[in-house]
Amino acid sequence: MTPLRPDGGQPPEVAQRPGRLVSRLSVRDLLGESLAAIGRRPARSALTILGTVLGIGAFVATLGLTTTAAAQISSRFDALKATRVVVQDGRPDPDADPPFPPDAEARLARLNGVRAAGVLWTVQTGGIGARLTPIRDPAGADEVALNVVAATPGALRAVGATVAQGRLFDQFHASRGEHVVLLGSGAARQLGLPRVDQRPAVYLGDRPFTVIGILRDVQSNAELLSSVVLPDLTARRIWGEDDSQRTMVVHTKLGAAQLIGRQAPLALRPQEPDRLLVLVPPDPRNLRGNVQADVNTLFLLLAAVSLAIGAVGIANTTLVSVLERVGEIGLRRALGAARRHIAVQFLTESAVLGTAGGVVGTSLGIIVTVAVAATHRWTAVIEPGVTLPAPLIGTSIGLLAGIYPAVKAATTEPVAALHR
Amino acid sequence: MPSSSARVQRMASRPRDDGRAHTAPTPPHVVGLEGVCRTYPGSPPVEALKPCTLRLAPGEHLAVMGPSGSGKSTLLNLLGLLDVPNGGRYLLDGSDTSRLPERARTALRGRYIGFVFQLFHLLAYRSTVENVELGMLYGGVPRRQRRARAVAALERVDLAHRMHALPPTLSGGERQRAAIARAIAARPRVLLCDEPTGNLDSETSASILGLLGELHRDGLTLVVVTHDPEVAARAARLVTIRDGVVEHGPARSG
Repeated sequence: MTPLRPDGGQPPEVAQRPGRLVSRLSVRDLLGESLAAIGRRPARSALTILGTVLGIGAFVATLGLTTTAAAQISSRFDALKATRVVVQDGRPDPDADPPFPPDAEARLARLNGVRAAGVLWTVQTGGIGARLTPIRDPAGADEVALNVVAATPGALRAVGATVAQGRLFDQFHASRGEHVVLLGSGAARQLGLPRVDQRPAVYLGDRPFTVIGILRDVQSNAELLSSVVLPDLTARRIWGEDDSQRTMVVHTKLGAAQLIGRQAPLALRPQEPDRLLVLVPPDPRNLRGNVQADVNTLFLLLAAVSLAIGAVGIANTTLVSVLERVGEIGLRRALGAARRHIAVQFLTESAVLGTAGGVVGTSLGIIVTVAVAATHRWTAVIEPGVTLPAPLIGTSIGLLAGIYPAVKAATTEPVAALHR
Repeated sequence: MPSSSARVQRMASRPRDDGRAHTAPTPPHVVGLEGVCRTYPGSPPVEALKPCTLRLAPGEHLAVMGPSGSGKSTLLNLLGLLDVPNGGRYLLDGSDTSRLPERARTALRGRYIGFVFQLFHLLAYRSTVENVELGMLYGGVPRRQRRARAVAALERVDLAHRMHALPPTLSGGERQRAAIARAIAARPRVLLCDEPTGNLDSETSASILGLLGELHRDGLTLVVVTHDPEVAARAARLVTIRDGVVEHGPARSG
């Protein structure tokens, strides 16, 4: 029996490869040994990777949910608010010249991206009420305290005002200073004025104004709905100028708000643009970033803590495994395993554990993301660039956790190990 | 100064000369300890093995006897390249191993030496045939050959029918047979047995010793370390160790 006469006709294996007398271990064999060792205690291996699973699951779910939510924010982002720019007098000074030039609306209209623009201000009426009757009740019982707002026709367009009844005032009323008013839907209810087809009058103090329309809705400046709105020139003639109160409302095309916000001061006050204060809606991109940053910081911290715990878990299990398998280490060394083979085997075991945790955690994270998105009827957004490498985090954690046990295993002396 | 790799190469090429052409002289000894000693550091230092000379011809059957703490294990560890002598030379197939770096010694150990332990040292989570394959894992034997040789070795020790069993389900004798199969599958030059029957009852011991005897008759060079005179009696040659001193016994026919 040739194979069983080791010392006889058959020289040792070494003779077939003269000059290459080194211990060797193929990658396939290494993986086989490591997987067999992990499979030795399946329940323990499963518990070991739990920390990594949670950590990477939290990591992937956090990123998945924030990108999903951010995509939701940007898709639902209020296109109406995102197209409103407000310009105010940044340094109100009664003695200074008016903040806006007389042709302000025309100047803004020339800017590419402006749909409508106009001046809007709350009139200081000195606390007069509005009523439907010409005769004033001395007790003021029939008066309703209403906000009085002056607006140009451009401002009405810029705030997106629509009427439930009647009509808006236009350039004709504005340029002539006509005594006409619009009632906000709330104001009309307070006054008890259901219809305007008979052109009813409303009295502000003792002055009558013709109600030409009732506002149904505005897209911004919701206070108009509870106000009496009258043309800018009419208000100035009656109650005087109050330049500091004047604000310029601009309705821009979608996406142009930031640009118009930068250009408007120069267009309105080229000699002193920094006097004007521009309120632009938050940039949707920044908003998305903010949401992401807020959620991310908290959950990524949580994920990091879980990962650290996971690493400690793997390190601990691998170390226990090294201590338990001292005899095996001694045996392998006796059978010709070099120190590096022992080290690499334990490193591989911990790396495989980490990778398994990474794969399971990533899968869980994706499932959580999709489940949450589904319950909110959102579109789940998972970035492959972040999600696909996530299991590699587990691998790195496993490798990191395996270093100390592997070194300990590799430095185990075979003589001592075999005689335990 | 010849590099260690050159020495390794020389050593490695020698068995081929042995097997293929008889122009080169056959090394007279597989194993040659020349004034080898081993002292463990400490205060005071322990002189576990005093300088000794021990030569082993191919196909010899040597028993090493001695009480506990006599230096038996030290001698076995030195023979098995698990330990390095403090002095003297250890010639394996005619080449000095005592100055080799650890890596080369490890590789030599894997290819030249087979071990059979008192505690079997089988991996409980691997099947019997996988345990036998483990003996060839680090020796560069291709995967398919490993399996074939492992099965052949199990057949040789009459354990082929249990090759898929896990070691904990084997009896003591079967475990030692599996361990012997693991050792011989790697085709070592020398088989070192450390108390091979120390954990077995007398009947099983006899069958294991019978198996070792058969392997010896097949040409295997065998060193059995034991404190059991009955085990030692089966060997052709006996040395005893007492307080680190090796005493050569009379050669017997065996």
